[in-house]
Amino acid sequence: MNEPKITPQTLPEKTAGQVKTGKKFEGIMGELYVPLFFAVLCLLGIVAAGLNPRFLLNEIIIRLARNSFLVLSLIIPVIAGLGLNFGIVIGAMSGQAALIIITHLEIGGLPGFLLAALISVPFALITGYLTGLVLNRAKGREMVTGYILGFFANGVYQLIFLVLVGTLIPMSNPKMMLSSGIGLRNTIDLIAINKALDNALLSSVRLGAFKIPWATFLAIGLLCLFTSYFTKTKLGQQMRAVGQDRHIAAVSGINVDRIRLIAIMISTVLGAWGQLIYLQNIGTFNTYNSHEQVGMFSIAAILIGGASISKATIWNALVGVLLFHTLFVVSPLAGQRILGIPQVGEYFRSFLAYGIIAVALALHAWQTKKKAASREKE
Amino acid sequence: MELNMSKIKRLCSPDHLRNFYEKFGLPRLIISLFLLGLFILAFIMKMDLTILLSASLDRIGMNGLLVLAMLPTLVTGVGLNFGLPVGFVCGLVGGVISLEYNLTGFTGLFTAMLCALPLAILTGYLYAALLERVRGQEMMVGTYVGFAVVAGMCIFWLTAPFRNPSMVWAIGGTGVRVTITLYEHYSRILNDFLAFKLFGVTIPTGLLLFFGFFCWLAHLFFRTRTGMAMVATGANPMYAMSSGINVRRMRYISVMLSNTLAAIGAIVYAQSYGFLQLYTAPLYMAFPAVAAALIGGATLKKATVGHIIIGVVLFQTLLTIALPITQTVLQGTDISEIARMIISNGMILYALTRTERG
Amino acid sequence: MPGNSVLELKNITKSYFGNTVLKGINLSVKPGEIHAVVGENGAGKSTLMNLIFGMPVIHETGGFEGEIFMDGQAVKIDSPRQAMELGIGMVHQEFMLIPGFTVMENIKLNREPTKPNPVSKILGPSMETLDYQAMSHDSKTALEKLGLEIDESAYVSRLPVGYMQFVEIAREIDKKNARLIVFDEPTAVLAESEAEHLIAAMKRLAEQGIAILFITHRLDEVMACSDTITILRDGELVKTLVRKETSVEQIAELMVGRKVERGHLPPRSVEPSDDDIILELKDLTVEMPGERVRGLDLKVRRGEILGIGGLAGQGKVGIANGVMGLYPATGEVIIDGKALKLNDPKAALDARMAFVSEDRRGVGLLLDESVAVNIVLSSVEAQNKFLRRTIIPGVRLLDQKAVREYAMKIIKDLDIRCTGPNQPVRRLSGGNQQKVCLARAFSLQPEILWVSEPTRGIDIGAKQLVLDLLVQFNREYGMTIIMTSSELNELRRICDRIALVYRGKVAGILKPDASDVDFGLMISGKQPVKEVG
Repeated sequence: MNEPKITPQTLPEKTAGQVKTGKKFEGIMGELYVPLFFAVLCLLGIVAAGLNPRFLLNEIIIRLARNSFLVLSLIIPVIAGLGLNFGIVIGAMSGQAALIIITHLEIGGLPGFLLAALISVPFALITGYLTGLVLNRAKGREMVTGYILGFFANGVYQLIFLVLVGTLIPMSNPKMMLSSGIGLRNTIDLIAINKALDNALLSSVRLGAFKIPWATFLAIGLLCLFTSYFTKTKLGQQMRAVGQDRHIAAVSGINVDRIRLIAIMISTVLGAWGQLIYLQNIGTFNTYNSHEQVGMFSIAAILIGGASISKATIWNALVGVLLFHTLFVVSPLAGQRILGIPQVGEYFRSFLAYGIIAVALALHAWQTKKKAASREKE
Repeated sequence: MELNMSKIKRLCSPDHLRNFYEKFGLPRLIISLFLLGLFILAFIMKMDLTILLSASLDRIGMNGLLVLAMLPTLVTGVGLNFGLPVGFVCGLVGGVISLEYNLTGFTGLFTAMLCALPLAILTGYLYAALLERVRGQEMMVGTYVGFAVVAGMCIFWLTAPFRNPSMVWAIGGTGVRVTITLYEHYSRILNDFLAFKLFGVTIPTGLLLFFGFFCWLAHLFFRTRTGMAMVATGANPMYAMSSGINVRRMRYISVMLSNTLAAIGAIVYAQSYGFLQLYTAPLYMAFPAVAAALIGGATLKKATVGHIIIGVVLFQTLLTIALPITQTVLQGTDISEIARMIISNGMILYALTRTERG
Repeated sequence: MPGNSVLELKNITKSYFGNTVLKGINLSVKPGEIHAVVGENGAGKSTLMNLIFGMPVIHETGGFEGEIFMDGQAVKIDSPRQAMELGIGMVHQEFMLIPGFTVMENIKLNREPTKPNPVSKILGPSMETLDYQAMSHDSKTALEKLGLEIDESAYVSRLPVGYMQFVEIAREIDKKNARLIVFDEPTAVLAESEAEHLIAAMKRLAEQGIAILFITHRLDEVMACSDTITILRDGELVKTLVRKETSVEQIAELMVGRKVERGHLPPRSVEPSDDDIILELKDLTVEMPGERVRGLDLKVRRGEILGIGGLAGQGKVGIANGVMGLYPATGEVIIDGKALKLNDPKAALDARMAFVSEDRRGVGLLLDESVAVNIVLSSVEAQNKFLRRTIIPGVRLLDQKAVREYAMKIIKDLDIRCTGPNQPVRRLSGGNQQKVCLARAFSLQPEILWVSEPTRGIDIGAKQLVLDLLVQFNREYGMTIIMTSSELNELRRICDRIALVYRGKVAGILKPDASDVDFGLMISGKQPVKEVG
């Protein structure tokens, strides 16, 4: 048997030439483009604002601890091809529901926090499951659907805690409820679990002049480890396959809808925990508003970190939080210093947040379109 | 008599009912019944229906053009125009310019519209160019472009060189006020034009006529060559192309039309409300308009003037009367905002998750 | 000896909605045998393969009659999964590979070897980590069996197209029990030299005892590698031949051969000839996915009915779509001596051409609009017909009365069965929808009418009516008609000449009464015995 071995040399040159990987450098630069741009913007802002570096660093540490978990919870749906999970607010609401319960039961401290984390799991699993069902019916439109679903869920959430609590759901707690006996107050004080996680571990150990929420960073670290482990598991591989091509995944015997459901459920649970971490750090929460901006800010952060709708890594999330929140701290002050109007900085900040999402979505749609066009040409 | 009976029998036959149901659609049926229930409730509770109806008519006329702005993009298949704020702020800019020169009455109103028009056409063109490049993701991109424009405009309002003392902050601060009263200019000028009372219900004739006029124009437009080309573009782009229609041009025109309607709608909205609301006020303007269009029976594939009219009437009446009624029933708890959120977003979700038949 | 066969089909019959597509098929494949299945489009090849692979489409349409045996045992194959478990593999025509995955990730997709870890012991096997070493090893082994040297950790997106097919095959043979592999037109997307490698790899697999079912329409490939050849025609098994005892000519004749009933067509006062050319295509290329035209030349005589035939994927459908500006085209199109502006549908319509698309529902109709709107809309848009003036100068509205009258007339003339001009076309039958498409084109009063697959998906009675209409258009209105069809038979019935397209070019032009052998050879890219000018 002397069949010729098939190597690139034996194939026609035209096709063999394509194996070259000259685009690698360009690819990396493309990915760094966005974070670099924002890093420069941050630096300019820092200079313009003339901030005390110690204050700034301290703020950044707090905000990294506060927000990273939420932003990391966005990664898994991206891998499964569901895009940026705007439905993360639903996870946040599940977390808040658990917080309301433990506050009502007056269980505080770390046990209270952990109990809230536990209680939030069934809520998040159920709401995540429902979210997944809806998103499976809206393939190709997951993001806009998840986004609207967030608003819808917000309506249901308000219905439950503003109308049903005290009427259909028996509850009486003058401290938490409105004077009419129906519905919860607008703000709920979380003194009992204030910084419950932040101070859980080595709270007296400082790093130089800075107080570090060790336990929170540990939780974030564990989530990073879990995420990177998860992508190497059988389930993670199936998710990657579904994310890349639903049709091919289905032909190889993967239950596509089920995998998508699982991805959304995991993300919702993580979102709930992320919101708990966020709120225990803040110390109070607006019953009806705290969750509203969660989706947008987390998504803007991960995009600023260089993620796209089809690709997101742990580093995108962490770098994104760092840059986004530096801007957050810096821009009002920079606005004050440059134009004498602090609101300019604030509006500029939201302009950036909205703008980056719009640009990321537009770029993604544009590229998908181009890719589809070039595939047709082949 | 016998003839009548057979007619009734035919009307009540399962086939006919089914047909009717399919045509009318489940969501519209539920909302109509809900609305009916609210009216009955209001009647039982001896509430003043005339006030409720007057307010409803006001709201219908006030929002009508904004909902009509959904029509062009739905017809050409660009989808729901979540970027409505883009056009809306153009209207606001027009309104502010007209105020700067202290114009009043119809002069003020139409000057505002004339100033808004070129802006809306220009931004509409740019917005259309963007949407064309992101086909398939128009809704999400539109939403965030709308948000970004509103946020960017906030900076504009803060730094804009307007001088008229009725608009800038009275003491200190820079930029234009958050809310500017139109009381001395053209507040409710359309509402009060030829307004009269019928059985105690105030009819805002001018406002309704204005909305009606635009609906009529839209209706005629879809019988012109360009209008028909737009319908074909939305129904089947390949058919349109093979008929020599420039489908891209049609989509551009539809977005520009939608943007222009949104701008004019913003001015009508402001005159009816009595105030120009600047800064972040236009942020969520698109959602009630989108929901109304969908409630009227429009889908992502097909929409008519009729859908728009039915939608705005059902949705705005519902919102207007739900507030006082539920407040009376639930003793003070305001459920109307919650109802608005659940109904409008539920409606959009329904449209997004509906499996389209091929 | 039935026990000797890996796969044996006995008396397989399958019908879709009363339309029989397979009739009493018997077929058997032995280990190490390469068994080719050839036939025209619609002969039943793909249905047969779907049936063997347990594709859902078979069961959703009521299953089939007959029995399938593997190793002499009767088996039921209800899903692709079952087929895989029985050791049947399939290499698809389009690549089923994930571009962002490496070669080995693709080869082992959803069959990855895993290692347990502490988490997986609690949460179950789906949390086990992938064993990349084992994946790499298995992939190497499979690739080596094919004689392919590529890095199994390379991304598929970076591989040349020619390699992808091999990765697919590697995936099939990596399945531990692979015994029968179905190749569904595997060379369709390959260059000639790549195809040769593929054939070599198939032979290599056969030598290792794997049975191969090879579906193709390339007769030279059949002759190059197969042991046995089965020819299907119209859902029937015409003959099973041993390769050594047959010839390309015999296969070609068997593939096409059927009686042609060419009825008496009305004569013309002037017969079309080469002295009067209405349309000339020079070096036309059309980028229509799956139906690419690559540098085609063709002359059309004024007043004739020219047929364009050929197998699916060879580019015959692309010609009309390219000329009409629906897909990107280059080259020259000359109408009555004037060059046509390409890639501009409006220009094509202005040049008095009209097109009835092969994709009736996708291009031809606005399904939710009325019959009347469907018929006139192109005329309104392209020719400003059916509009009336209004009091505002420059603004013209649709003249609904004129539209209605015209629609009524054409509904009567073409005998479109509908409740009236206002009925949505979605409700009409396929044949009547096709007549609406013809009416749409007819309303443009074209000099040249392009018609693609005019009888696809409509019942037999309606087919004849549609063909009669085309003859009527040609004879009464002097329209030059260029008709593209997969059914040679219908081309031979009404056309004056038939151009056969192979690999994006005209392979030759035949008279409708040319022999079956000539037709069979030409559609398979073989040189015909003689050509007609």
